[in-house]
Amino acid sequence: MTSIATGGVFRRRIPATGFWSWVTTVDHKRIAKLYGYTGFVFFIVGGLEALLIRLQLARPENAFITPAEYNSLFTMHGTTMIFLVVMPLAAAFMNYLLPLMLGARDVAFPRLNALGYWFFLGGGVVLYSSYILATAGVPAGGFLPDTISRLGSAANGGWFMYPPNSGVQFSPGSVIDFWLVGIALAGVGSLVSSVNLLTTIFNLRAPGMSLMKMPVFAWMSMVVNFLLLFSIPIITVAIFMLIFDRQFGTSFFEASGGGDPVLYQHLFWLFGHPEVYILILPAMGIVSEVLPVFSRKPLFGYAAVVFAGIAIGFLGFGVWAHHMFASGIGPITQAAFGISTMTIAIPTGIKVFNWIATMWGGKLRFTAPMLFAIGFVAMFTIGGLSGVTHSIVPADWQQTDTYYVVAHFHYVLFGGAMFGIFAGLYYWFPKLTGRMYQERLAKYHFWLMFIGFNLTFAPMHYLGLMGMARRTYTYPAGIGLDFWNLMSTIGAFLIASSVLLFMANWINSRRRGALAPTDPWDARTLEWSIPSPPPEYNFGEVPTVRSLDDFWHQKYDEDDAGRSTRRPDADTHIAELTEKHLHPAHHPHLPSPSAFPPLAGLSALGLAFGLLYHATLVGQVLIGLSVLGLLASFLSWSREPLEENM
Amino acid sequence: MNRLIRRALLAALFALLLAACGQATPMDSFAPAGPEAHRILDLTTPVFIIAGVIFLLVEAAIVFAVWKFRDRGDGVEPKQIHGNNRLELIWTIIPALILAGVAIPTVKAVVDLTTRPSGGLEVKVTGHQWWFEFQYPDQDITTGTVLVIPVGTPVDLEMTSADVVHSFWVPRLAGKRDVIPGQTTYLKLQSDEIGEYWGQCAEFCGLGHANMRIRVQVVSQQDFDAWVADQEQPAVEPADGTPAAAGKDLFLNKGCTSCHVIDGVSDSAQVVAPNLTHIASRDVIAGGSLNFTEDDLKAWLANPPAMKPGSYMPNLHLSSDDIDSLIAYLETLK
Amino acid sequence: MTAHTETSTGIDTRKLGMWAFLSSEALFFGALITNYLLFKGRDLQGIHPRELLNIPFTSVSSFVLLMSSLTMVLAHAALTRNDQRATRGWLLATAALGATFIGGQVYEFSNFYREGMTLSTNPASSSFFVLTGFHGAHVTVGVLLLLSLVGWSLLRGGLTFEHGLNLELVGLYWHFVDIVWIVIFTVVYLIR
Repeated sequence: MTSIATGGVFRRRIPATGFWSWVTTVDHKRIAKLYGYTGFVFFIVGGLEALLIRLQLARPENAFITPAEYNSLFTMHGTTMIFLVVMPLAAAFMNYLLPLMLGARDVAFPRLNALGYWFFLGGGVVLYSSYILATAGVPAGGFLPDTISRLGSAANGGWFMYPPNSGVQFSPGSVIDFWLVGIALAGVGSLVSSVNLLTTIFNLRAPGMSLMKMPVFAWMSMVVNFLLLFSIPIITVAIFMLIFDRQFGTSFFEASGGGDPVLYQHLFWLFGHPEVYILILPAMGIVSEVLPVFSRKPLFGYAAVVFAGIAIGFLGFGVWAHHMFASGIGPITQAAFGISTMTIAIPTGIKVFNWIATMWGGKLRFTAPMLFAIGFVAMFTIGGLSGVTHSIVPADWQQTDTYYVVAHFHYVLFGGAMFGIFAGLYYWFPKLTGRMYQERLAKYHFWLMFIGFNLTFAPMHYLGLMGMARRTYTYPAGIGLDFWNLMSTIGAFLIASSVLLFMANWINSRRRGALAPTDPWDARTLEWSIPSPPPEYNFGEVPTVRSLDDFWHQKYDEDDAGRSTRRPDADTHIAELTEKHLHPAHHPHLPSPSAFPPLAGLSALGLAFGLLYHATLVGQVLIGLSVLGLLASFLSWSREPLEENM
Repeated sequence: MNRLIRRALLAALFALLLAACGQATPMDSFAPAGPEAHRILDLTTPVFIIAGVIFLLVEAAIVFAVWKFRDRGDGVEPKQIHGNNRLELIWTIIPALILAGVAIPTVKAVVDLTTRPSGGLEVKVTGHQWWFEFQYPDQDITTGTVLVIPVGTPVDLEMTSADVVHSFWVPRLAGKRDVIPGQTTYLKLQSDEIGEYWGQCAEFCGLGHANMRIRVQVVSQQDFDAWVADQEQPAVEPADGTPAAAGKDLFLNKGCTSCHVIDGVSDSAQVVAPNLTHIASRDVIAGGSLNFTEDDLKAWLANPPAMKPGSYMPNLHLSSDDIDSLIAYLETLK
Repeated sequence: MTAHTETSTGIDTRKLGMWAFLSSEALFFGALITNYLLFKGRDLQGIHPRELLNIPFTSVSSFVLLMSSLTMVLAHAALTRNDQRATRGWLLATAALGATFIGGQVYEFSNFYREGMTLSTNPASSSFFVLTGFHGAHVTVGVLLLLSLVGWSLLRGGLTFEHGLNLELVGLYWHFVDIVWIVIFTVVYLIR
């Protein structure tokens, strides 16, 4: 167990193994695991919230949970899945893979990278502490049959938090403030992370890796991080304005004070729409890596897929008001946004067609990653098509705020993003852990999840068009909604069971799976040229890249018919690479662990709680101490050298 | 895998057929009862068909590829094709053309459906937590939750909210439109079939959002005129000594008058709660979440917050006798 | 990961990071400025910022901030000549000018409060204070950054090339904050 001293104000020995080594890590692979495991825990929690929702909706006029509890649960479910599951899981993949795919030893700003994680965790802690600490209230003048339970005391204004309902008059108490502060903190974490990852992609590529020789996953990550960079500031402004309305008596969104509730909607969706592309593009990147490997063919139309992704990112900033077609915006505005929304279907379709063309004429191996990747294409197509029906503005006047929309976004976010994430989790499991997962169990996971997912969400298209509105804790009996709500609930439990299969596979295979070679899948990208799991410094010797899919071309030539022929020295080449990376001639310098990112994260968490309790002395003291903590952390951080001379 | 998919598709189709063949449910957007909802469905149907065809083609391509190109262990490597510019062009241009084709009728429908009707009936809608207030300015009528309109007449809804953002939605008659405090929004609707159509608030508005419902009663012009004449009358005065008279006294003394208006009996400067002058002419109460029946009225009056948590109507801890008297009074208010 | 490593774009990694961060800040201020623009034309109750804005006074404080960008450039130039004392001097001058600007803001805002225009008077006043307040907070952070550069220089007997990069980064941040102010001044004060 080696100990490494850090510089700066806190001269302390920091161990390389054990709990504290994880707290102070700046290794992108460990940070990725932190994001991944934390995100997955939130996935389970968000899933439990969903199961409670589905139990309530299994029967009409049900009284399984109260309206207050229902409102908390759907708010927390949505907020959790978006901010605390899909985004961090995507961050996990980007963090783990980008340096490996780009031929780099770490990210551009290792400590900033860690800070991003701690801010995300802090945001999640603040958000979930609302279940325990926050007080829900009724609008002044309203009455409750009994006090609101803890389950009903989490943030409850919907994940979109529209005022005036989320304003202080109609949501007195502190639940909304917990949401606002928590999401603001998590948002800063994403912003910090995006600065780091963008710089990494632009600046840390291996020699010879021009942008057009980069894996598609790296391109999609680039677009995602640009989207984060530009959309997080806008939601931050919206959050600040709502906080000011609630706490400092401003009337940005209060009609009675001259403000405009619809302004919030514009600001929110200016962030909210790019956000959905932030959620889906990483999964699209993953699928673009998995499909070629298990089709044994390169990605069809690499340039088209890349440019389509860039187009989606760009156009994604021009469609936000399609979430507001019923909000009283004028007809010209509606028509314009309807058209811009239709336009964004074109690059999306291009990607789907290119994925299918990748499989076409290939030699398909149906491993678990491949099943999930194909599932992604099939399910995302459905979600994409229902999305295009939303762009037909008058149709959206029927569809918006109904279960038809719930069906749409679960098809793209679950059938899309989550299926893509599961594909990635299985695909890179060998690289991450050095072992193989159990293939048969993984297939059971896929099929059970596929069936459960479709049973849960397909009926919702119908339910919405039959009049079932969103965010309603119950619905009238006998108007055609009963049967499929019950089916949907059953489907949800099938999904939950399939997740258990995944967890069993992961936990078991980590310890007892067969040892994985460097290149178990005969893959195409650089991360498969280093040992499984990779050494801390990733590459013993930084590779020089000659082409797209350079690793594949190191193993395969092409015959006259254009078919791959394996080079006779391919296996020895891989063995040599493995040896070279495991035992490099010169031991690479690595950034040392640092206590300052977690300390800054802790201070930010303290600041968050201090602000929430700013009316009390304890809160004020906490604010003061936290600001000092932040200052001290950042000052020490800047004085601490990145690498200690050992 | 193919068999499973086929079975699932058939089941879904069967369910849809059942739905189509049976009586239209009160909020079925596929059963339009007026020109606005018809126009929307006329636009939506071809789009759904196109989407359905694309769905079938894409999924069929996937299923076919999965079957045809699966690894059969023959050791033959596939050709390393990198792309095809012509294909890229084709599958960029064709979707663009389809979308352009769809865009034109879409824009036209947006313009037509947002043009306010000339002539017809004007109704001012105000959203409250958690009920919709309806005011007929030309007839000087104020009512709530139940919107009575004559058949075949365009209705111009001029809408706002008294508190938070709500949304007015009656699927069989029109798309939805938000109601926003401090702003006015408009919705045009009309029904060409006599009957009752249900609606629901469709913008999350707090604890009672699920309970905020709408009933549109479409009647003949004759019946509408009769209804207007009835609504314009002041409240019925109960005969002395009857339970209804006792109920009226309770209404006056238990604090109800601070929120509820009954023409000729109580007035309120600000509209806080539904106007009860002709409550018995409506068959729903509590924002449409309960019915105007003995049982529901009893449950409601006994403990309003228990029926609608968050309700602005408090639990007055009325005795069961008081409740009976009040119900007797309310039943006279036709 | 230091300034010495070859980078794929040829631009120093930390500079690239700072540019990325500043582009995000551009959107942050863009949203706040748009907000003010949306409310400033509305018919609102209570005192409106345009009634109280003192162009001559704010022109002077804007000039002060503009001059601080000049002194920042001079600090950088001094460092390239390896004149550590001059570097520190110009950095301190920049910080002093920035602090003066903040002082002017504080004075101006307390006047507004006395005249009856507060944060919560109406959405125009709210947007005004939020926009200029966040800008002021950014200037304050900048002053702290400048002072810490001076502190380092004193502690280590001067800034090396490595730390010179820090000065450049702080300079980028400082110039950005100045440019934002020019936009704010134009949009809020000059265009009525």
